[in-house]
Amino acid sequence: MSDNNHQWPIWEVFIQPKNGSAHEHAGSVHAPDGEMALLNARDVYGRRLEGVNMWVVPALAIVASTPDDVGPFFDPANDKMYRWPNYFKTPEGIKQIS
Amino acid sequence: MSSKNALIEYCLRIADNSSILAHRLSEWSGHGPILEEDIAMSNMALDLIGQARGFYAYAATLENKGRSEDDLAFRRDAREFVNRNLVEQPDHKDFGTAIMRSFLYSCLSYLQFRTLMNSNDETVSGLSAKAIKEVIYHVRHCGDWIVRLGDGTEESHQRITDSLNDLWMYTNELFEQNEVDAILLNDGVGVDLTLLQQDWLNLVKEIFSQAQLTIPDVGGYQSSGGIKGLHTEHLGFILAEMQFLPRAYPDAIW
Repeated sequence: MSDNNHQWPIWEVFIQPKNGSAHEHAGSVHAPDGEMALLNARDVYGRRLEGVNMWVVPALAIVASTPDDVGPFFDPANDKMYRWPNYFKTPEGIKQIS
Repeated sequence: MSSKNALIEYCLRIADNSSILAHRLSEWSGHGPILEEDIAMSNMALDLIGQARGFYAYAATLENKGRSEDDLAFRRDAREFVNRNLVEQPDHKDFGTAIMRSFLYSCLSYLQFRTLMNSNDETVSGLSAKAIKEVIYHVRHCGDWIVRLGDGTEESHQRITDSLNDLWMYTNELFEQNEVDAILLNDGVGVDLTLLQQDWLNLVKEIFSQAQLTIPDVGGYQSSGGIKGLHTEHLGFILAEMQFLPRAYPDAIW
């Protein structure tokens, strides 16, 4: 397994903690294909009642921003607190904002 | 034989099968072909230990002789074990053989628990309802691997074919029954395994056809006698390892 060419591809695992909530990144697994990735993800990340649904995505399919992008991507949000829902007064009777 | 004694024997049979197969799978802990599969095999072993505990504990309660689930697992000799000989077969550290052994057994286990979920005995039906979710996963996990190995490379196809040929002689025995089954069937507690044999074959064949595998010649030699306590030489070695600690240190707790 030391030769990288013989490693199976990496799959990123996303778990939905409960119905209606968003899938969250749990980690990654090696697997030869999607079905096996799902099974491996279940065994590695789904053993402790973590969720109700699971996605696996080929890591290669993820397009990521780079460290160089940090400034232009994220800094402009610094002074725009009104983009956060909790910037606004919470209406009565609302239990959760997310 | 009383209905109660038949039920005790029946629970021991399920528990012995689960416990011995769990031991075989646990031999892969730390030796899996990749980390993820290592965890998967250990998970399946733990599922089986859980199933074994449930049925040992129930047998111990029914028996009411002061023996615990641990006593039943660790203080009985090979001749008293009533598991099918399939589950005690060694895999010689061949991953495909380990997967094939689990697959052939899990398919039966699935069909059996599916029927036992409707058992007249509440504990049996409850334990079965819990176990079946685990076993469905075992069938899927092992089945998926068999398809990939069978329909994989020339070498993987040959090796999984060899595994199948080596283990097939232990499959007839999965359906052997005796008076225990007759009594429990009559009580509405057990299941008639002969009725499951065709379903089992269909389940197995479905995966094998995807895996490009052919069922070996049915006329070949078939093992027999697990439920009568007649085992292959491998069981003794398993028990020696499994039972060493509680026998050497009777006061040990875990």
